[in-house]
This record gives sequence, structure tokens and C-alpha cells, in this order.
Amino acid sequence: MKSIQSRLLKQKIMFGLFRSAAWLNGLAVLVVIYFIAARGLSAISFEFLTAMPLDSMTKGGILPCIIGTFGLSVGAVLFALPVGIATAVYLNEYAKPGKLVDFIRFAISNLAGVPSIVFGLFGLAFFCIMLHMGVSLLAGALTLGVMSLPVIIGASEEALKAVPRTYREASMGIGATQWQTIYRVVVPAALPGILTGTILALSRAAGETAPIMFTGAVFFTPELPRSIMSEVMALPYHIYVLATSGLDIEQTRPMQYGTSLVLIALVLGMNLFAIILRQKLRKKLNL
Amino acid sequence: MTAFVSVTILGLIMIFLIKEGLPIFSHVSVKEFIFGKFWYPTDDPPAYGIFPLIVGTFSVTLLSTVISVPLGVMSAIYIAEIARERLAAIAKPMVELLASIPSVVVGFFGMVVVSPFLQDTFDIPSGLNLFNAALMLAFMAVPTICSVTEDALRSVPKSLREGSLALGATHLETIARITVPAAVSGISTAVILGMSRAVGETMVVLMVAGGAAMSPSSIFDPVRPMPASIAAEMGEAPFGAEHYNALFATGVVLFLFTLVFNVCAARIARRYKR
Amino acid sequence: MKKIILLLALVMFSTPAFAGKIEIKGSTTVLPLAQKTMEAYMALNKGTVITLSGGGTGNGFKALIDGTTTICNASRFIKDKEVKAAVEKNIVPVAHRVALDCIVPIVHKNNPVKNLTKVQLKEIYTGKITNWKELGGPDMKIVVIARDSSSGTFDAWKEMVMDEERVTPAALTQPSNGGLVTQIGSTKGAIGYIALGYVTKAVKIVSVDGVMGSDKTAKNGQYKISRPLFMFTNGWPEGETLDYINFVLSPKGQALVKAAGSITLN
Repeated sequence: MKSIQSRLLKQKIMFGLFRSAAWLNGLAVLVVIYFIAARGLSAISFEFLTAMPLDSMTKGGILPCIIGTFGLSVGAVLFALPVGIATAVYLNEYAKPGKLVDFIRFAISNLAGVPSIVFGLFGLAFFCIMLHMGVSLLAGALTLGVMSLPVIIGASEEALKAVPRTYREASMGIGATQWQTIYRVVVPAALPGILTGTILALSRAAGETAPIMFTGAVFFTPELPRSIMSEVMALPYHIYVLATSGLDIEQTRPMQYGTSLVLIALVLGMNLFAIILRQKLRKKLNL
Repeated sequence: MTAFVSVTILGLIMIFLIKEGLPIFSHVSVKEFIFGKFWYPTDDPPAYGIFPLIVGTFSVTLLSTVISVPLGVMSAIYIAEIARERLAAIAKPMVELLASIPSVVVGFFGMVVVSPFLQDTFDIPSGLNLFNAALMLAFMAVPTICSVTEDALRSVPKSLREGSLALGATHLETIARITVPAAVSGISTAVILGMSRAVGETMVVLMVAGGAAMSPSSIFDPVRPMPASIAAEMGEAPFGAEHYNALFATGVVLFLFTLVFNVCAARIARRYKR
Repeated sequence: MKKIILLLALVMFSTPAFAGKIEIKGSTTVLPLAQKTMEAYMALNKGTVITLSGGGTGNGFKALIDGTTTICNASRFIKDKEVKAAVEKNIVPVAHRVALDCIVPIVHKNNPVKNLTKVQLKEIYTGKITNWKELGGPDMKIVVIARDSSSGTFDAWKEMVMDEERVTPAALTQPSNGGLVTQIGSTKGAIGYIALGYVTKAVKIVSVDGVMGSDKTAKNGQYKISRPLFMFTNGWPEGETLDYINFVLSPKGQALVKAAGSITLN
């Protein structure tokens, strides 16, 4: 056997490698944020955030994109949240383990793995064409909602599992029905955890492009969305459009960076919030 | 009742993909579609061979896996086994933040920062190529690989590690000979899920892969993976036309790929639970 | 010809086109001139709302056929297939020529190659010629860049330069004129083709068979790779749509067409 020194040296080198790998990820995040922020900050102004795009989107602001993204992601969560919580409650509280539950879980995990562009195709064929929604806020939000479902189910289930068994037993013990227990005790106790998952789902929905390309988002609209059947502009799609098919791509670079910065700030902000919330919750539960 | 929504949706996705994709096979045979070397959907007569697109998807996925697996697994080992709690509490959210950067921003970054950099550094004709796309995808797959691997490592019983350490093995030797082998099925699940993520990612390959529908001969060649083709062409394909059907059929192929990946991952995960 | 007669015949039976808010969609080549003329028109006619989006000629026709646009900007004539699809939905596409355009091959500004023959261009785009040294340039791989297949520019190039032969699969694709010019400006060995109005300082125009593509050579017919630009409507336009198209064709409108980088009709 080799000397302990050489073994420890090897350990030191390898650990250094592992450590650098882990920090490389952080570095990647910082590099991306740095480039986007350094070049995008100058584009951001009050006008940029609150004005309509002008001159074939080479000037003006991104207000309709911000509103569109807000509408799409909130709409998605409005659909996915009730369905997601209900599914999680069923799986965690009612269902008896067996083939059926396995099958449902199998479907959920596969739904999570479906490529975003395939959701886009589905949304186009089902919501836009089959259900005659056309390219609209509603169709886009539903497509995103379907996509967010596994995230919300996963988060809700985890939150429900974390609710101590004693809560349920206590509630049942004083004569509450199972439904009352779930409705009054279990779900409220799990709510913070569900909320965290919801914020994550919201942020993911806000950042997605492929599912809304054919279902909800358009190149340009001259006015703000008036109803859920309106076509909308959205931040991620706007970045794609400006960066690849705008009228003057070089000239609008600052706008592209600016829009990216707004999107990143929005999404990372929500994520950071969710992560901090979760860490606080974990500490609380460990007590 | 609502629990079946997910099942229904998955079913609907399959039904609609197949319903809209199937008609293309009255124009070309399945064999011609999958193994045809030419993708000229708007020509007269058109050619609907998605083989170059499949090769594009695979080459990008493989290359990104080569980058993301070591990176993701090593990061997970660091977070789960080596780092002190405080550092892990910073490193882990970092990885999660990486996952949350919207794909269109990653693609944009690849286009305006990485592409010129590659072009100058390697003196290659174009920075929009397989390598650039694989690199961007790798960073998007790392969080998946890292978090699933971390879970696998954490579920290895403490007693195994303590036994190894007690026998005089170093910390590294314990990780290499005991912990990682014990978690290997979980790590394979992680790798497969990471690959599945790379297969289906759209915006990155649409923006940085170059978009040429050919089989690459070097890592600096442009490619056109399946999701990129669907995203770029769906807007121009009139509803119900052959091209529209061909793109849905491409979606079916893509869906089947990710389905196979996910089923494999689930199988391994189940075996490892027992 | 048969196509046009068919169109005219159908005009007679068609219902009047919808007038009111004007929506314009389609070719990115027509986009700048449509933008300029619509802004001027809206300034003259307060209360008229015109919306404009790009997406390519193919998309424009798709929208016209689906009834989601009033005017389709097109950088090529409508295809037989599209006529058929339109007729099935009771849509009657009517063409209005609004400007001329010429498509020029462009290279990176430091590329020494000044002239290419049409045959050379074709061989570059079919992948037969792959290095600039075969064309009297430096030893450098040619990066062939083409427009995405939905663009009218793609079709026009295929028809006028490629003699309908297939573009090499190795060609990189770009979804817009703007994207293409940006990429060529930053890629030393690149070649692409673009509407004259989109040429920037970062790229250099290459003459074809000794003739430089320009306003003049396109109008007098010396430069061969030029084509008319169209606005298509469903049926003969009425009301404000007719008014707008007449405005584009008026001397005032044509001056704006010129300012947008396209070539006037006369």
C-alpha cells in the first residue's frame, strides 16, 4: 500500500478538482449575469420599462412584453395550481399504493420530461386549433400551465409529506373527517412549501419560449392585450425576435441585453426568493 | 379525479402528436422519413428525411453529456460529501440558479458572447456550431445531474462510510470505492435525466447550433437538431400541409426519444430503491 | 399566366374584402418600406390603425389564407400550392406590385473577392466550391449562409441563381435579412445574399458577372438578380386598404420606398 502522504496528496488534488467543478457552476451563473447586466443596464430606463416599442421595435420600450409575460405565467399557474394541489393531495392522502398510483406517478414523471417544444406542438394542435383558441394569451397560458403541472405536483407532494403525521391523527382524533383534516389542517400546514414550488413554477413559466412560440406570443402587437383572447408579446420571445430577426440587429443590441436583464432579474429574483423561503422552512421543520 | 389530469394530458399529447404527424407517412415511408439524408421540406418536390436532424440531436446531446456528467457529478460529490455545511449552502443554490436562467438567455449569451469568442480562439469559420450548442446545453443539464446525484449520494447509509473510514481508508478512497459505487444507479438516473434535458432543449440549439441540416464531421460544424427544426419551421408551415405533418412527426420522434430516456431512468431508480 | 387568369376570374365572385383596421404581415424584405409608408399614412389619416409584423413571405401568405391579415407583404409571387390552399378557403389573393428589389451577394468587408459569376455563385451554394482560393481569394473555407426556407429571398435566390437546384445542406440558416447581415459582418469567410436595402458597412457587395447590383442596374435590367415586391390582398381592396396601397404607389409613397432602401417602380 502506498504511503499515507501520497494518498492524502491525491485526495487533496482530487478534492480541489471537485471543488472547482462545483464553483465553476457558480462562475457560469456569474459570468452570464455579468455580461447581461454590464451591457444591459444602460438600456434600462423608466421609459424602456413603460413604453411601447417604436419604429419596428428598434426604439421605445418593452411594456407589452412585460405585461404579456406576466399574463402568461400567472395564467399558467392559475391553471396548474388547483389541479396540481388536488393531484398531490390525492396521491399523498387518499390513494392506496398500488398499480394505479404507480401509473399516475409514471405519467407525471414523463410529463416532466416532455421537451418544451413538444408542449408547443401540443398547444398548437389542441388549444389553438382543436379548441379554436387561436394564438392567444389563453392558449399560451394553458400550454405553459400544462408544462408547469409536474413541478407544482412535485413541490406540493413534498410539502404534504413534510406535514407530521401527528397533525392528522390529532385532527381525526377530535372527530374531524378526512376531508376536513386535509382542508383545515394538512393543506394549510403545507401551504408555505406549496408556495415555494409555485414561485418556482411561475418563474419557469415566465422564462420559457418554445411552448409559447406558436401558441401565445407574437412578433409585435401595436396595443396592449385587451382580453384573454388577444395575441401577446412576451419577454423571452422578444429577446429571440430581436436577436435573430429584428430589423437592425446590431443597433438593437442594447435593447436585447436590456430585455434579457429584465427577464433574468425577474426569474432569478423569484428563484432566489423561493430558495431562501425554502431554506427557512427547512430550518423551521427541523426544529 | 383530478389526479388523472396528468395522465390525460400525457395521453392527449401523444394522441395529438400522432394525429397531426401520421399523415406524412402517406407521402414518405417511415424508413425514408427516419433514414432519409435530405431535409428540404419546402422544395418542389420536397424531401422529408430527418436523419441529419436526428444525428444533430444525438451529436449535440453526446458532446454535452461528455461535459456535463463529470461537472455535475463532481459538483454533487463536493456538495454532498466534501464541503462544509456553510459552503454547501452557497454552492447548492448557485447550481439551482444556473437551472433557472431562461433558455433563451442562455442561447442569446451563446450567440453574442461565446460564438465570437470561439471564432477568434479556435480560428474557425463560424462560432455557431455543435460545440457551442453542446457547451451551452451542458451548463443547462448540470443542475439536473447534480441534484439527482446529490440525492443518491445522501441516501447512502452513513454506516458504510464510517466503516470504510474506520478501516483506514482516506476520505477520497471512501468516496471512490464505497459511496459512489453504492450510489451508482442513482447517478445513472441522473445522467439519463440530464441527457433527456439536452435532447429536448429548444432555444439554445435554435440560436447557437448554426441550423445546417447535415451530419457534422467535426465538433465545429453546424447542426440542426430536431427541436431547432420544429421551432424554426412551424411558423411557416401552413396548418394541415405536408410540412406541418412532417414537423409533428419529428415531434413524435423527439417525444419517443425522451420517453425512452425517462422510462430508463424510472426503471433504474425503481431497481435502486429495492 | 393561367394563374393570373384564375385569380382574376375569382375576383368577380369574391365577397368584398374586410375594411377597417389594416393588418400587414409577411416578408421581412418589404418590412422597411411598409413601415415607412404606414407611419406616413397614419400621420396623414388620423384614426386609422395599421399593424405590421414580419415573419417571412410564406408566413404572410399563410396569414392571408387563414384570414388573419389584411395585406400580405411578399417578396415573390404566390405559389401554385398557396393559390390552391387559398381557393379552398374562399380567399382570393390579388397582387399589387409596390417596388423593385435587387438581391446582392455579400461577403465580409475584408474579403478581397470583388466579382463572382452566376455559375460560381451557384457552385458555392450547391457546395461544389468550398474555398475562397478557388475564386481568387485567400485560402479560407467558405461559410455558406442562406436564409430560412420560409423567406421570399430564399425562393428568389433559388430561382434566379440556383436554377432550382438544392442549396447544400451544410449551409447555415438565418431567419431574417438582419440576422444574416449581422452574421456575415462577424464571420470572415462568410457569403450570403440579401436585399439591397439591408446592406450595412460591415459587409461588402460582390458584383455578379461584372455588374454591381444597384438602384440603377436593377431598374435598367442590367443586373439580373432583381424582382418585384408585392402586397397581396384578399379580393380587390376597398376603403382604407385601397387608400393605403394607392398611397404606397403615389409619388409620395414611392419616395418613401426609396428612402427605405428599395427601388421605385419607374
